[in-house]
Amino acid sequence: MSVTLDDVRHIANLARIAMSDEEAAKLLPELNNILGWVEQLGEVDTDGVEPLATVVDMAMRLREDEVTDGNCRDAVLSNAPDAEHGFFAVPKVIE
Amino acid sequence: MVSDYRIQGEQGEYEVVIGLEVHAQVVSKAKLFSGAATAFGAEPNTQVSLVDAAMPGMLPVPNRECIRQAVRTGMAIEAKINKWSRFDRKNYFYADLPQGYQISQLYHPLVGEGEITVSPDEKNPDKTKTIGVERIHVEQDAGKLMHDQHPTKSYVDLNRSGVALMEIVSKPDMRSPAEAGAYIRKLRSILRYVGSCDGNMEEGSMRADVNVSVRKPGEEFGTRTETKNVNSVRFVMQVIEYEAQRQVEAIENGEAIVQETRLFDPNTGTTRTLRSKEDAHDYRYFPDPDLLPLELDDAFLEECRASLPELPDAKLKRYEDLGISAYNAAVLTAEVETAAWFDRLLATGAEAKDASNWVNSVLPGILNAKDVDFADPRNTPEASAEILAMVAKGEISKGQAKEVFDLYLDEGGSPADIVEKKGMKQTSDTGAIEAKVDEVLAANADKVAEFKAGKEALFGFFVGQTMKAMQGKANPQVVNEILKAKLSS
Repeated sequence: MSVTLDDVRHIANLARIAMSDEEAAKLLPELNNILGWVEQLGEVDTDGVEPLATVVDMAMRLREDEVTDGNCRDAVLSNAPDAEHGFFAVPKVIE
Repeated sequence: MVSDYRIQGEQGEYEVVIGLEVHAQVVSKAKLFSGAATAFGAEPNTQVSLVDAAMPGMLPVPNRECIRQAVRTGMAIEAKINKWSRFDRKNYFYADLPQGYQISQLYHPLVGEGEITVSPDEKNPDKTKTIGVERIHVEQDAGKLMHDQHPTKSYVDLNRSGVALMEIVSKPDMRSPAEAGAYIRKLRSILRYVGSCDGNMEEGSMRADVNVSVRKPGEEFGTRTETKNVNSVRFVMQVIEYEAQRQVEAIENGEAIVQETRLFDPNTGTTRTLRSKEDAHDYRYFPDPDLLPLELDDAFLEECRASLPELPDAKLKRYEDLGISAYNAAVLTAEVETAAWFDRLLATGAEAKDASNWVNSVLPGILNAKDVDFADPRNTPEASAEILAMVAKGEISKGQAKEVFDLYLDEGGSPADIVEKKGMKQTSDTGAIEAKVDEVLAANADKVAEFKAGKEALFGFFVGQTMKAMQGKANPQVVNEILKAKLSS
């Protein structure tokens, strides 16, 4: 399996990463190398082996329905590039 | 029941095929994967934990109550509960989604196939149709974006981010706007009985994605469009009407229907393209590595089942078995509060049919005239029970019952005291009534003769005269019986 230059641009767009043509061209062989490396797993015979859901053999723990967190607006907003009136502020997005 | 709803095109009739994906907010104190609060209307970003804000290294831990409510909902629609389910990441970038993905369940949902029986014609609730439910899965809600507060910026409030949603996916089983409306109403009713969602559509606790396609009857399914985030029953029906008409016109103009996501504009009642399949999201789902599979044991499921209340269909049947009409039973069971109120009235020993007529046909008129809400604390089942008991015993007439309730709303106290105080009690004392009947008949011997000669319309005259002689306080039924006996002798 390999990807094309269009695939690279598509993936960048899905991840909202701006990318120049040079950068995309540079990434193309890198991504294909990674895919080729992962593809080696296909050489292992997995007939009759159940797909792995988890590597830890334990049941998932659940939390009780209690309010134990939140109320930390300043901390939540402190890393935001822009915040106003208690909101995160982002460039206007309307679909 | 088969729908005969058709869109009349120039080249024949078209049938509409509808499927609904309803997002219902789960009633819980804390969010699906964090301990932040879910209460509506809080100051922006005050109910956000570092998990909800997707700070690096934060790990989600599922809220047992959210899982429990989704399981109970599944049980309420007779659905298969999957004891093993799993969470997946649905990846997309948007300003209201700090994680960059929504934790959802694509491959192994918590709840499998179920069904909901609906009555599309409210006047004929006996005519039902069963709509299949494909699945219910649990997922996170996104934050809220506000676009109108600043000329160049959008504001983001993450209070809703991470609140638990159930996505309830129907099969494409509906064939008319009325069926879709009935499905949403019934689903909302069930959710509110179960207590898993408050069903408040104005606050966005329930919203629907509406899938619509058209076809010539008997042909294969057509291409569907999906209209997102419709937040009232009326709007869902409008979307279907508009989309069906639009698609038929497009097909007859030789255009192909494009599989796409659309938006509804409530101001115009129309839909418009949001995005087409070519630029549709590519969600790249994969199992969430932060979460283990969700495994439920029999004890948990048993507790869920045991905690279910009597559900709308069962209640409706019980009411019908008590002699209540199908229409009245449907009205009484639609809202969980009304049904609980009526059950309290029945518990006083009130006769079911009389009680249902009183609640459905008499009470609303009196309450509306006084602008009193059904949920008003004065409107107790006990007050109605007292009045119904007096009517049943013949102490007051049905007409007086209204008057008594009216006075009770104004003056408070107990309806029985009001009847006593105002001297409204009518007599069923046959001796007293008989004496007056004899007087009336003796004083009107000529009319008695006319009556016996065949002028039966005079019966009303005798009733009127007797009631007048009794100062209006005689039980009319007893008066009728005595008069009938005397006049036929």
